[in-house]
Amino acid sequence: MSALDTFPKILLDNANKLASNPAIREKDYGIWQSWTWSEVATEIRKFACGLAAKGFKRGDKLAIAGDNRPKLYWAMTAAQCIGGVPVPMYQDAIADEFAHVIENADATFAVVEDQEQVDKLLEIKDRCQLLSEIIYEDPRGMTHYYQPFISSYEGIQELGAKFDQENPDFFMEEVNKSSGGDTAILLYTSGTTGRSKGVVLTFDNVIITARNGVEREGLNSHDEALAYLPMGWVGDNLFSYAQAYVAGYCVNCPESGETVINDMREIGPTYYFAPPPVYENILTQVKIRMEDASWISQKMFDYFMGVAKKVGTDILDKKPVSFADRLLYKLGDIFLYGPLKNVLGLSRIRLAYTAGEAIGPDLFLFFRSLGINIKQLYGQTEAMVFVCIQPNGEVYPDTVGTPAKDAEVKITEEGEVIYRSPGVFHSYYKEPEKTLETKTDEGWVYTGDAGYFLENGHLKIIDRVKDVGKMNDGTMFPPKYLENKLKFFPYIKEAVAFGHQKDYVTAFVCIDMQAVGNWAERRNLAYSGYTNLAAQPPVYELILDCINQVNRDLSEDPQLCNTQINRFLLLHKELDADDGELTRTRKVRRNFIDEKYPNLINALYDGSEKIKVQAQVKFEDGRVDTIEADLKIVEAQRVNIKEAEN
Amino acid sequence: MAEIEIQTAAAPAGRARQIGDIILEVEDITLTFGGLTAIDNVSFNVREHEIFSIIGPNGAGKSSMLNVINGVYHPQKGQITFNGKTRKQMKAHHSAAEGIARTFQNIALFKGMTVLDNVMTGRNKMMKSNFLTQAIYWGKGRREEMEHRRKVEDVIDFLEIQSIRKTPVGRLPYGLQKRVELARALAAEPKLLLLDEPMAGMNVEEKEDMCRFVLDINDEYGTTIILIEHDMGVVMDLSDRVVVLNYGGKITDGTPDEVCNNQAVIDAYLGVTE
Repeated sequence: MSALDTFPKILLDNANKLASNPAIREKDYGIWQSWTWSEVATEIRKFACGLAAKGFKRGDKLAIAGDNRPKLYWAMTAAQCIGGVPVPMYQDAIADEFAHVIENADATFAVVEDQEQVDKLLEIKDRCQLLSEIIYEDPRGMTHYYQPFISSYEGIQELGAKFDQENPDFFMEEVNKSSGGDTAILLYTSGTTGRSKGVVLTFDNVIITARNGVEREGLNSHDEALAYLPMGWVGDNLFSYAQAYVAGYCVNCPESGETVINDMREIGPTYYFAPPPVYENILTQVKIRMEDASWISQKMFDYFMGVAKKVGTDILDKKPVSFADRLLYKLGDIFLYGPLKNVLGLSRIRLAYTAGEAIGPDLFLFFRSLGINIKQLYGQTEAMVFVCIQPNGEVYPDTVGTPAKDAEVKITEEGEVIYRSPGVFHSYYKEPEKTLETKTDEGWVYTGDAGYFLENGHLKIIDRVKDVGKMNDGTMFPPKYLENKLKFFPYIKEAVAFGHQKDYVTAFVCIDMQAVGNWAERRNLAYSGYTNLAAQPPVYELILDCINQVNRDLSEDPQLCNTQINRFLLLHKELDADDGELTRTRKVRRNFIDEKYPNLINALYDGSEKIKVQAQVKFEDGRVDTIEADLKIVEAQRVNIKEAEN
Repeated sequence: MAEIEIQTAAAPAGRARQIGDIILEVEDITLTFGGLTAIDNVSFNVREHEIFSIIGPNGAGKSSMLNVINGVYHPQKGQITFNGKTRKQMKAHHSAAEGIARTFQNIALFKGMTVLDNVMTGRNKMMKSNFLTQAIYWGKGRREEMEHRRKVEDVIDFLEIQSIRKTPVGRLPYGLQKRVELARALAAEPKLLLLDEPMAGMNVEEKEDMCRFVLDINDEYGTTIILIEHDMGVVMDLSDRVVVLNYGGKITDGTPDEVCNNQAVIDAYLGVTE
């Protein structure tokens, strides 16, 4: 056999070298069922031959939809074995979105999890003329689907076993026909901007990237990962598929979406990936449960979390820490950190990643201080997940690390991040113009993200290029970066920063009704509603503290020093998607806000100390009401502001 | 109960199993408690694989009828033929052994036990190994337990209660407790399943789920189901046939359509102006 440049070849190699190691587990019937690498290879061979027997040919596309199931992962490799291309889809997509992907990808076969997915496919079958075969994994409810083009996974495998007997050389011949430059997989972007595009990735893209990641982090065949993120997402393809093949570690499929937390605790993964909201959820759970805990537990929690906050991250980063603190931390590990991590299923974590959006520093440091090595990475589908990773020992909350092996990252004159790496995608499927827009002939990919390198060589991502403005003194002004910094405070729900073509930066701030409400109750501060609470002087002081702290942070970054917030006001109402101020995914609609509140914005810049507002509010039942309020404008402290050189 | 007029009776569509021969024959049953006649000379039959509903106003004798069928009450008159065996009186354990399982109007689970243990009790009558081998979990007892656990896991999977497998029943919301009770009945692999108001007190979404499960059970396992339910929409949608009781007597039986249009039924539900 030639070099290990495709997944089928790696599979056969693993089946040889790691024959009796577990390759994949699934919790079913309440027990973890495992398959070794050699068993997996047998299963995949049968399925691949079955596909071939049904007429699936080299170059054909196989659509895949369902929760993370071993059989669906096997279907991916099976397609690759005979030269086909798997197209994993998001399992909770509606039928119409399925239709777009299947049509666009020219998928001829589909392997899906259950009746629900089959029904979706039947609904769109007329639109997707090429789709000729539907294969389901879970037979439940499938007894009266008589259509000849629907078959069960086992049925295909039986067919395959027979086919394999009749054509014993077929499988190996097909496997050896593919090489690294061939298409490995077609992944669809999430499509937040317009219709989703199919990203063509070759075996080289995927395997070299996976291998670089494995080498950098020292992953090996003893690691355990939990496959719980959607299969249609490139990250799952890397963590639950590509790297598992390359490193030979075991992937664990939870029983169902609702049992993930429990299953995670039973498995105790060593390698974990989650976007920030998942971590946030875990932290919230911990906080809620601590509130119900006994007095002594609460005291212990507070005390040892204090210790962890002080020295936990330093110990994790192997920095010098005094002997006494080390001792205290050890004690904390026995009484708090150990048991806590055990409950969360995080005891054995060696490596955890987060990516996708900015993560709050407090949240990030909470996990790190417990001794969980959580790191950020940066990349996109077009790069096969990552181009930058935080190196061990150099993990900072607000950077995304240094370029990965073989990856080059540059900043254009406009401040846009561009990169070139082995993972750079081949093309967008059937969209050559779009490919040219994104990727240059030399292989540089334009991300649309604005960012820059810090002195220590770490990349910092601040905003989308199209949103970054320029202040009058020439300083770049990334509104979302400032807003995120503000929103990391629990008291601040939303913020809108202004500064493009202005002399200084100002902001609207919306308080978090629940957090500030609780805070006010603890201080016996009476209030009658949102507008009233937001107008109270102590609340202004509370938010002023937050803003001053953001300003101090900003002053340490020479690039952003002048974007410190000068004046701000607390809005009289929450920004709301119903009022058009936010998108449905809770992103600020800047143009709309500029048009809706011109006098408020003016007041922030003309030096006035308060401004009267009259606003129409739409209630959920459709009624419209007017509220009137005087909004105070407050000046924050700014430090080390550089005067513009004229 | 004014809904009865506005319901449209749709025949259950796309069922895989053909309705078979008569599996349960109820003949001239009369049940009295002292001077009170709970059931008065009622006869009907249920066919294999059928979903059969018993409806009627409060106090019509519906739950008593179920209790007669599974041997909790012993009727003074009449006889019951189940699966070819005719008897005047049945003991509850006989009926269980014959393959009749039921759920209760008021949930009757072991609140302190986990869902898994509760469902396991549904297989109690099938456990053959003696107490000792079960206690020390060895040899035959162990093999048997594993076999039963496997069957129970099938049911847990079927009713989608994996995530609460190890949760004590007392901590579950009402709708889920109802589902656990159904799971326990199903674990006994019954030929005939008696459901006493399985959807009472549920919200719309829970009701829809439960309907789906009732249909799926009938479909996948071929279980014959006798259902007592007050929600006429549910009854008319699910049932193959319906029997209507009032003051212990039978008014009529037939398909949902026939029953809906029967004047005596409408009178019983809406009252008659004299």
